[in-house]
Amino acid sequence: MLTKRIIPCLDVKDGQVVKGVNFVDLVQEGDPVELGARYSDMGADELVFLDISASLEARKHVMELARRVSRQVFIPFTVGGGIREIEDIEGVLAAGADKIAVNTAALRRPELLTEGADRFGSQCIVLAIDVRRIGDHWEVYSHGGTRATGRDAVTWAREAVERGVGEILLTSIDSDGTQAGVDLAITRQVSEVVSVPVIASGGMGKLHHFKDALEDGRADATLAASVFHRAIFTIDEVKTYLHREGIPVRLTGTA
Amino acid sequence: MVNYGVGNVGSLGNVLDYLGLSFVLSADPVELARCDHLILPGVGAFAPAMERLDQSELTTFLRVWAASGQPLLGICLGMQLLLSDSEEGGHHTGLDLIGGQVKKIRGAPRDVHMGWNQVVPLGPDKLIPEQGYGYFVHSYHCVLDDPQAIVASTVYGASIAAVIRQGNLLGIQFHPEKSQTYGLDILMRFARGEF
Repeated sequence: MLTKRIIPCLDVKDGQVVKGVNFVDLVQEGDPVELGARYSDMGADELVFLDISASLEARKHVMELARRVSRQVFIPFTVGGGIREIEDIEGVLAAGADKIAVNTAALRRPELLTEGADRFGSQCIVLAIDVRRIGDHWEVYSHGGTRATGRDAVTWAREAVERGVGEILLTSIDSDGTQAGVDLAITRQVSEVVSVPVIASGGMGKLHHFKDALEDGRADATLAASVFHRAIFTIDEVKTYLHREGIPVRLTGTA
Repeated sequence: MVNYGVGNVGSLGNVLDYLGLSFVLSADPVELARCDHLILPGVGAFAPAMERLDQSELTTFLRVWAASGQPLLGICLGMQLLLSDSEEGGHHTGLDLIGGQVKKIRGAPRDVHMGWNQVVPLGPDKLIPEQGYGYFVHSYHCVLDDPQAIVASTVYGASIAAVIRQGNLLGIQFHPEKSQTYGLDILMRFARGEF
């Protein structure tokens, strides 16, 4: 049975992890490759590295990051942040990333999705959608959740999949950072209208939030940052819980 | 490793490096013929991949290699190319080294089978001695003329061939290079001839 994926997200700036990551009692700052390898050993099903570097110069670090991760971590990983042109996609994939995540650039020029999928295959193009609830619908935001685009989230997800996107990473800005669980209503709506996997993100704080996102939200995977970085739960604890709740997960037997 | 410009072969090379295995990445039949074991990787669509093999001398080379009894491992699309034909994007002829068709995955929750799924050996096999999880990414799957050639299977909507074998020809539908220890062990056994 296909398992539901648990994915930690690491924010990277100038080639370094921005926030400290707390593995039980040991806080590790810095090297994203080391931290990624650690998460992989602990049972992460995939990794997402989000580059939040402001300058173009700093982007070179993300290529080097992809190169180093691909030599030491043998689970799939995605690189997002700062992808603007087809050349950026090509560069990151050539450096060894399995997938790229794109957000603002695709809103600016949706053809980027079509071109990326045609050239490199749908499986490596992830569309990140940041949404905010406005009354009875959800609006898509760009530029790290700061600018309203006027687009409807469900319509955008559908268009992106038609253009060849292979996966959708859906983040609710309202719930992000609240640790009150993901926005189940929009997660479920998007999951039900698209034919590709949906990764639910934003707001994981309690164990049942993972179950809710995967069951009620119909998501295929969950992405979380702070609950793992602050060691509120280990990946193994989340998986053991989900397994007990009858949700298929990959149990690796490592703590 | 057969390099025919399809998909990201870097990850596989990284794993072979990590395992301390020496390899060449080449499109040159002369160079490839000097190897002990051959891996045919591949990501993407069936028809353009087959076209690439046909345009070079690689189709002929692979058929000669297969007939010689030397080991050949196809991974993901590389496995599918070993079959007779595919219905992906019309009807296309494959390398036709193993009898069977590549068909669209039907009756599953998503069009693409993406993620970690249980690989279950159907009998004792040296290459796949135990069950574990493989990382799959595919929308088409291998339906073999001889079901006995399926060494291990997985379930997505229906039963799907995860590992196949016909004599010296092996195929793995998932990505062993992305399947952590479980996958790395399989590649190591292949390279050591333990299969």
